Parts: sequence; structure tokens; C-alpha cells
Amino acid sequence: MTHELTVMAVFLGVIHSGIRLATPYLYAALGETFAQRSGVLNLGVEGIMLMGAFFGFFTVFQTGNLLLGVLAAAAIGIVMGLIMSVVSITFQAQQGISGIGLFMFGLGMSSLLFKTMLGTVEGINSFPELQVCLSESFCMADIPIIGDIFFGHSIMTYGAYLLVPISAWILNKTTWGLKIRSAGQNPEAADSLGVNVNAVRYASVTLGGALAGIAGASLSLSLLGIFQENMTNGIGFIAVALVYFGSWRPLGVLVGALLFSGVNALQLWAQVLGLPIPSNIAVMLPYVLTIVALALPFRRSLQPAALTKPFERGEN
Amino acid sequence: MKHTKWLLATLLILALALSACAAAPSAPAQPAPAGEEAAPTQAAAEEPAEEAMVAPEGMPGIKPVRIALVMPSTTTDLAWSQSMYDSLKELQNSYGEDVFEIVYTENMFNVTDAAAAIRDYADSGYNLILAHGAQYGTSLFEIAPDFPETSFAWGTTTNTGEEEGVTNVFAYEPRAEQGGYVTGVLAAELTEAGVIGLVGPVDAGDAKLHVDGFVAGVRDANPDIRVNVSFTGSFGDTALAAEAANTHVQAGADVLTGSSQQVVGAIGVAKEKGIPWIGIQADQSPVAPEIVVATVLYDWKPTLLEMITSNQSGDYGGRVLQLTLENSGQTMIYADGLPTGAVEAAKAAEKGIIDGSIEIVPEPR
Repeated sequence: MTHELTVMAVFLGVIHSGIRLATPYLYAALGETFAQRSGVLNLGVEGIMLMGAFFGFFTVFQTGNLLLGVLAAAAIGIVMGLIMSVVSITFQAQQGISGIGLFMFGLGMSSLLFKTMLGTVEGINSFPELQVCLSESFCMADIPIIGDIFFGHSIMTYGAYLLVPISAWILNKTTWGLKIRSAGQNPEAADSLGVNVNAVRYASVTLGGALAGIAGASLSLSLLGIFQENMTNGIGFIAVALVYFGSWRPLGVLVGALLFSGVNALQLWAQVLGLPIPSNIAVMLPYVLTIVALALPFRRSLQPAALTKPFERGEN
Repeated sequence: MKHTKWLLATLLILALALSACAAAPSAPAQPAPAGEEAAPTQAAAEEPAEEAMVAPEGMPGIKPVRIALVMPSTTTDLAWSQSMYDSLKELQNSYGEDVFEIVYTENMFNVTDAAAAIRDYADSGYNLILAHGAQYGTSLFEIAPDFPETSFAWGTTTNTGEEEGVTNVFAYEPRAEQGGYVTGVLAAELTEAGVIGLVGPVDAGDAKLHVDGFVAGVRDANPDIRVNVSFTGSFGDTALAAEAANTHVQAGADVLTGSSQQVVGAIGVAKEKGIPWIGIQADQSPVAPEIVVATVLYDWKPTLLEMITSNQSGDYGGRVLQLTLENSGQTMIYADGLPTGAVEAAKAAEKGIIDGSIEIVPEPR
């Protein structure tokens, strides 16, 4: 009568869960990578995610159009990114504190809007798991092992992974990427070469905001199909940590996100299988791992030199 | 000079953000010429002649009462906090707003903030202050002695602080193992695969009672059925709760249940996969009416009325109140279309718990 699980099934299950869980972390952390590489630490990611999650959800709730929901989330992310830019770049406010302010604003505002516009937790039809079928009888997900792992995710999950090489390409191979990196590494030199440092930073923080908004939408429109107050529960802050973890490189961020999510998936499975690990210890594992990785000393030398430092022409 | 300007700008943003946060949760606790307000209300409590009793049909008579609720999550969490808020609202609808005044503060997971809110409410002369979270106990025992004629209530616990000489604290708790047991019996009837998944928050307090009761219910109905239990380590991690539900499904579960506000994430997964969900605390069917097949609804009304009448007769605390099936503190809602046999088995379990013929023996974990 009881369902027996093979080691293989558990292994595949952990990887499949890990890949899916990493989705919001990837969007948020890749966006934050752009902001930090240009020299701005945006701690408000969590707040932007909440706003994105709400606006995305509300749009879909009203129109039923999922794509429109993602666009709405990106749009509110852009607005929040611009607010952060104005405060931290134009007014040169201390970035850590203004980021926390932005987080609190997003938390309070999304709750307030939720209360006045929805009032109670509702469900929507979220992004379906994508099935690619070559013929009527054969779908890609039927391929043993690879099919189990790589197919059957939602389009937002694929989007997140696609964003990794795109971000790496933009940062490393394009002129714009060079400007972003120089604005974060040596803004005075960049300025003397005709780069408008603050404009580059505005664009990077705003792009980061848009991606954070989409990260929120990936929760409310893809993984969960609901909106609840404070539903991000710290994902935005973990995403900021993942940027440090990944040494400000998209590939590193990918490794960090997969490691964090993979360990999280592993601990869920360990509990389901009834392994004799106290649940308190199990849920702690991914966070312990993150702290250990952050403490490794070699990473710090890779930090953008002008991170958190406002730029003013001719000051130095 | 320049730096002062930026500092000011930052502070302004922070202030704006904070006021947005503060504005979101509910009516403020303010109207606060504390001493003047508190005095007449408490005097009224001592002299019953002055204020008329109000008693809607079938309910006990009460004098005007002012109630404050401090909760860890929100009035819309579809779980713990909402169950209490909904009960208060229903009582207010019966008695009228003039007689039954409610104020509340949300998102007080942090004990220090909660303690400040509780003291403010006591200062402003509220008669009954509900500290709706297990973490609030220590602060409550410090505050309560300063307001001897105000009733405080602490859930979830059985400790009224008597040993520490506190006399005006009620303790309340749901006997979550009872509802858990009944839904366990129901789930055992519903599963075909023989595997049931439970998404829990933290292995403590009433969440632990719920799990113990549920596992015992399944075992007593059919010892061959496996219950997979996983905790997320949080009450609000909807994403992890959703992934826990996914994991249960992959591990073969065809019935899901769980407690706390984060389970809306798991319900979303159950909805997508078309798997029946059994809820506890508040009615979660609005999220996915098609798959929420049963709910253990927490009804705090009898408990609240007992606290209020006790307070108004000059007994400010010292008692332990429990939500049970017997006193209708927990009521079962079964969805239409469930197999009759399954509902009958669950109802038999309800009856057995009420008349004492079923003893819930937790499985050692």
C-alpha cells in the first residue's frame, strides 16, 4: 500500500525542487548584481519584490493576463528603482539606510494596497508547468533523468536561468557593461573618459528594480499563485547576500542560488523521508551554508571598489 | 553641511516608510487622555447600575466593553490571527459597535513592539487586551500587575502567571490535537495512495499538538498509511511551504494538510495539482474552493464571552480557557461532495473525542 521511494527518485526530486526554488533568488540577485557592479548597494530588494508580487498579482486578478502581470511587476519595480536612484545617487543618501527605508516602504505599501484592494487572500491560475511535446505520445519530460530535472518547470523559471548568460554577456562583453563596471570600480577614471557615471548608475539600479519586481511576480504568479502580506519572507535579503556570495558575477550568483535552494530542497526531503535530523537543524542548514561561504576571505578583493560610495564630479 | 542634508533626506524617506507601515495596520490605539478615559470605564465595571446590559438573542448580557488585540501576523492571514479577528468581528456584529469596541495591532511578531502596544492599550483604558501569541508571555506578566483592573489574555498557553502572583491574566489555547485527530481520520479515508503530506511551521506549541493529533488520527484509522511531516522553520515562508507541498506530492502524497499562515503557498500547489487540502484555524476555501475539502474552524466567541463576563463580574483573570470540540471552540466544516463514508468516520471521531471514548495518544516522534 505504501509508496516506496527509490534513491534515484529522491535525488531527482531534490534537483527538480532546487531548480524551481532558485527562481525568485536568481531574478532578484541578478538585478542586484547590476546595481552593485555600478556602485550602488540596494538593500530595498525585498520591498521591491513585495510591490512587484502585489502589482503582478492584482493585474492578473483583474485581467487574467499573466504576461500583463509580469509587465506590471516590472513597471512598479522600475518606479521603486528610480526612487532608490533619486535618494542614493542624486541626493547621495547613505545607501544601506535608504535601502532599508525602501524595504519598509514596500512592505507597508504592499500590505496597505492588499488590504484596501483585495482584503483577503485569493487564488489565481498561475503560470502552468511547461510541457514540450515532440509528438502526442512523447513529451520532453518523459526522457529519463534529464527530462525529470530540466523539463516541467514554468516559463518564469526558464526565464530566470536564461537571464544568467544574458547578464554575464551584458556585463562582460558590451560597452554598456564596461561602463557599469567602471562606474563601480573607478568612477573618477570613467568620468574623465566621458562616461556619465550617475546616468549609468541610474540605469543599473532601475534595471535591478525591474528584475526585483519580476522576482516578486515569479512568486505570486508562478510558484504560488497567491498574494499574502510579507510573502517574500526574507528572499530579497538572501538575494543581496547571494550577490556577495557570487563575487558580483552572474555565474557565481547562479552557483550560490542553486546551492542555497538545493540545500533547502534537500532538508525538505530529509524531513519527508523521516531522517533522524531535528527539523530545527534541517531548516537552519541553507543559512549556515550562506554565512560560511560569505566568511571566506578571498571574495572581498573582488568587491567593486566604489560600492556604496556616492560619486560627485571633481570631488577628488 | 552637505552631509546633514543627505542625512535629513534619508530620515525623511525612513519616516515616510515607517508611517506607511504604521498606517497599514488598522485603527491607531491613540485616543489617549489615558487617566480620564480609563477611570470612568473601570468605575462603570464596579457599579453595574450605571450601564445597561445588552444581550442579543441566545447570548449572554454584557455591558459596554473595549477590547484590544495584539497579533503576530495580520487579520487576513487565513489562519491564527484571522480566526481571532473574525470571532471578534462576529461578536461586534451581534452586540453593536457601541457596546463592543475593537482595536487591533498587526505584525507584532517582535515581542518588544508587542509589549509597547499592550502597555499603550492598557494605558488607554481598554478592558480586555488579547496578547495573541505564545511569545508575549514574559512581557505580559510584567505589564499586568500595573493595571490590576484590566484583563489580559495570553494565548497559547495554560500559564496564567499565578505562581508569579499575577491575578488578571487569562490563559487560552486551542486543543489543536482534537481537530487534528478528526482531520487525520478524514484524510485516512480520503487517501488512495496511502501517503499523506503535512506542511507544518515549527515543531512547537499548538502546531506540534496539531501534528500529534493528526498523526494519531491517521494511525488509529489505518496504521498502514504513512504521514510525511515537514516543518519549514517559519510561520510566514509561503515559498518554502509551497515547495514542501511539492515535495510531498513527489513523495506520493494525495492528500495534504498543514497549519499557520504560510500554508496558502501549499494550498496554491494543491490547487494546481488538484489534490485535496484539509485546513485548520480559519476557513481557507476562498483561495481554492475546489480543493479545500474540510476545515477545523477556530471559533473564539465562547472563550471571548467567558473572559468578558468574568471581567465584568470583577474576576479579572487567573483562568485557563481551552478551545475544544466539546465547547464548540473548534467546529468542523466539511465540503459538499466528500464521500459519505469518510465524513461519517470523521463525525464519529468528533463524537468520540467529545464523549471521551477516544483518547488521543500521540505517536512518539
